[in-house]
Amino acid sequence: MNFKSTIGLEVHFELKTKSKIFSPSPVTYGAEVNTATNVIDWAMPGVLPKLNKDVYRLGIMVALATHSHILPTTHFDRKNYYYPDNPKAYQITQFFQPLARDGYIEVEVRGKKKRIGIHEMHIEEDAGKNTHGANGYSYVDLNRQGVPLLEVVSEPDMEDPEEAYAYLTKLRQIVQFTGASDVKMEEGSMRVDTNISIRPAGQKELGTKVEMKNLNSFDHVRRSLAYEEQRQQQVLLSGGKVQLSTRRFDEATGKTVLERVKEGDADYRYFPEPDIAPYHIKQSWIDEIKETLPESPFERRNRYINDYGIKAYDADVILQTKESSDYYDAAVQAGADPTLAANWLNTQINGYLNENQIGIKDIKLTPEHLAEMIKMIKDGTISTKIAKKVFKESMENGTDPKKYVEDKGMVQLSDLSVLEPMVTKVVDDNPQSVEDFKNGKDRAIGFLVGQIMKQTRGKANPKVVNELLNKELQSR
Amino acid sequence: MNYLNENIDSLNKKLKDGEISAESLAKDTIENIKKTDEKLNAWITVKEDAKPAENLDFNANKLAGIPIAIKDNIITNGIKTTAASHMLYNYMPMYDATVISKLKKAQATIVGKTNLDEFAMGSSTEHSYYGATHNPWNLDKVPGGSSGGSAAAVASGQVVAALGSDTGGSIRQPAAFNGIFGIKPTYGRVSRWGLIAFGSSLDQIGVMTKRVKDSAEVLNVIAGSDEHDSTVSEKEVPDFTSFIGQDVKGLRVAVPKEYMDAVSGEMREVIQKQIDSLKDAGAIINEVSLPHTKYVVPDYYIIASSEASSNLQRYDGIRYGYRAKDTKNLLDVYVKSRSEGFGTEVKRRIMLGSFALSAGSYDRFFRQAAKVRTLICDDFDKIFAENDVIVGPTITEPAFGIGEEVSDPIKMYNNDILTISANLAGVPAASVPAGLVDGMPVGLQIMAKRFDEGNVFKTADFIERTNKFYEKTPAGMED
Repeated sequence: MNFKSTIGLEVHFELKTKSKIFSPSPVTYGAEVNTATNVIDWAMPGVLPKLNKDVYRLGIMVALATHSHILPTTHFDRKNYYYPDNPKAYQITQFFQPLARDGYIEVEVRGKKKRIGIHEMHIEEDAGKNTHGANGYSYVDLNRQGVPLLEVVSEPDMEDPEEAYAYLTKLRQIVQFTGASDVKMEEGSMRVDTNISIRPAGQKELGTKVEMKNLNSFDHVRRSLAYEEQRQQQVLLSGGKVQLSTRRFDEATGKTVLERVKEGDADYRYFPEPDIAPYHIKQSWIDEIKETLPESPFERRNRYINDYGIKAYDADVILQTKESSDYYDAAVQAGADPTLAANWLNTQINGYLNENQIGIKDIKLTPEHLAEMIKMIKDGTISTKIAKKVFKESMENGTDPKKYVEDKGMVQLSDLSVLEPMVTKVVDDNPQSVEDFKNGKDRAIGFLVGQIMKQTRGKANPKVVNELLNKELQSR
Repeated sequence: MNYLNENIDSLNKKLKDGEISAESLAKDTIENIKKTDEKLNAWITVKEDAKPAENLDFNANKLAGIPIAIKDNIITNGIKTTAASHMLYNYMPMYDATVISKLKKAQATIVGKTNLDEFAMGSSTEHSYYGATHNPWNLDKVPGGSSGGSAAAVASGQVVAALGSDTGGSIRQPAAFNGIFGIKPTYGRVSRWGLIAFGSSLDQIGVMTKRVKDSAEVLNVIAGSDEHDSTVSEKEVPDFTSFIGQDVKGLRVAVPKEYMDAVSGEMREVIQKQIDSLKDAGAIINEVSLPHTKYVVPDYYIIASSEASSNLQRYDGIRYGYRAKDTKNLLDVYVKSRSEGFGTEVKRRIMLGSFALSAGSYDRFFRQAAKVRTLICDDFDKIFAENDVIVGPTITEPAFGIGEEVSDPIKMYNNDILTISANLAGVPAASVPAGLVDGMPVGLQIMAKRFDEGNVFKTADFIERTNKFYEKTPAGMED
């Protein structure tokens, strides 16, 4: 029997604001426990939430970047449940009216383009963190309490784990390029929950869905979905029923493990949050945000390929992260040849990053220095060979390439008044090579170039030397 | 010292003239509270070391050095704030409510925290972990509620002014029961930052004083926008004292027949007399209808209880307040702490509200109640299109006896029928003493359109000037 999978994803992004969504506490990562908190985060009696409107701006950016329809009036609701990391015992979220609905993103899987719908996206606050000590006590850290989140809920449009993987990759890229979130899964600024159900091919109604929470990499998402497809098939083939449940992915075994069976939906007693007035989002504000919206990865890709003439593959490598794309743009902006810049970025710089396990933000070579170096290669000031030395120096010590080349006397020798007498002399000294040249032996010229390089300690411009030698030999 | 024959102006003059010092005023006030409160139990916490602010400026600040009482559901930095609940019996706040910051800036002296129904849920101040408060006019009667402590403190002359809070009549009903003035401003006029939430869309802090002008003075200080509360209006705050001493000629006064029909006999006569006095002074009296009045009690109890059920979830025994002993696990901490920490009336409302919000009931109860609320607002809009104020009785009957209604919640809830609408519609509303019925005070309620406290003060001040109720002394305070 053939089965069809239906996959939907819920992705939480931490919105990149300076302070929390409803309190003036700072948004931090890795701060000492409970230091980024105040009376609001602790849900002291009498406190009120005060909305940080920047969350709307960032949310609208993501909505625009995903072709979503922004609702003109938005308000918050309370989701009621008890847990120590949820001090008010309600989470302020958007239940009745989200920020935006009905968007989509386009992905490419196995060479085929597909549109994946975005059902809705809403803004909400994050909870704190509970940790359980070995001494039998549990501890609550409220630093994360009130960090703004944007939850993006896809339509159940994905039919296999590869599509889910492609969707996540694309969604992360889009959100990252808006600058609305750091999208770091390892720091929790991007979190993924998945839903998957399977049904026999031809059957209309969807199967029972299984939810998987807190997957900590895209690879885990793909592997856990693939495992679930197989597991659910076996359950159905052996005559069993898939349970409405939450499972988690066990990294060590590559299997999913049952966490809890759901018996009906939990009753969160949602109702409109009375402490925050409904907010009307003006079209003029949306237009304003649209104006300031950073160029999307899609637009950048077009620019790279069509305007700069670089290869699609190179463009995609550059666009893997916003940082590398920003770096590339800065280098081109500073006058680097786009093709050379792409080559240097994708080979030398990426190689250096991989070797040292660091990010592009950590390196000392500025895009401006890279551009300077490329200009020197292009105008013949330095050879590619010398450039590699310069690159190493700038990368390690942040040295200005131009200054370095001048200080170290690495400037290529292209001066004809110097090179011409040298060429005449080297041909005079090596009569055999004139013979060889006349007999069509190309090696002869290589030998002569080598002699000149030796005399100039590698600084002679090989292109110029070649031309001069050719001319000289032909005249003999 | 007691304040039965004082007001803010008279005290301000004495302080300015050096006839009394602010230090001795604070000291005498506290001594008198300690002496008289054995009868009343109006206070939960008396700040015995209360001292006036430094560098008092009696010219710039009318409230400079004036002792003020604060209902104990308003957060005071460093003064225990309990909401009259076992749940918060030991809660020491670490910040000030905005109204407190403003009073401090105006150099008022905060002398303590007054009793209330637990979490402001009740109309008698009997539902308090700290025991019932007694009515200064008759110690066997309730002072009303939930701001019963503030009302009794003012009526008995313990203080000249007190802050209360009003979610469904909690300022106006006790003001009426105690023969004082009390105003619930427009929703959004006074910051709720630091008011322990009950029904967030209804709660409003207000003022209780013997004299109308004194409330205008205090409201001048506490009103206005606040960065901590986004539901407070940015509207400019007028000088409310400018509405004192004006005449009411041409004032358009609506009298809802549903309100007048709710009272009878001597009570109705007393209220009618006030309306007649307005008419005699040239006001235009229009009989009107508030057709949805019969729905306001159920409507209010659904909305207020729903919001309360959510607002009171934070009292979970984890971070502050009461925590049950001998708990085995997390659920046990929650269940036992809340079972032991909350009183009966609070639990009743949490259950009512939780039910109204639950998945199966939301559409039938909460959503329906929200729609009815819109209809009630429409009733008011229609009347205020052609009238400046609405007047009628504040209460259906004078104060009842302690213990009389506490076991009959429905009867207790129905007492609120005349005051609830103002909260649902968000309009300003006050109660001004109208007279005595069987020796107990009754009040005239005055409402105006949103942000028109001015007309409320103007009308109330006229009634006060006309009936001079303030000359009467509460019988229970005579030795």
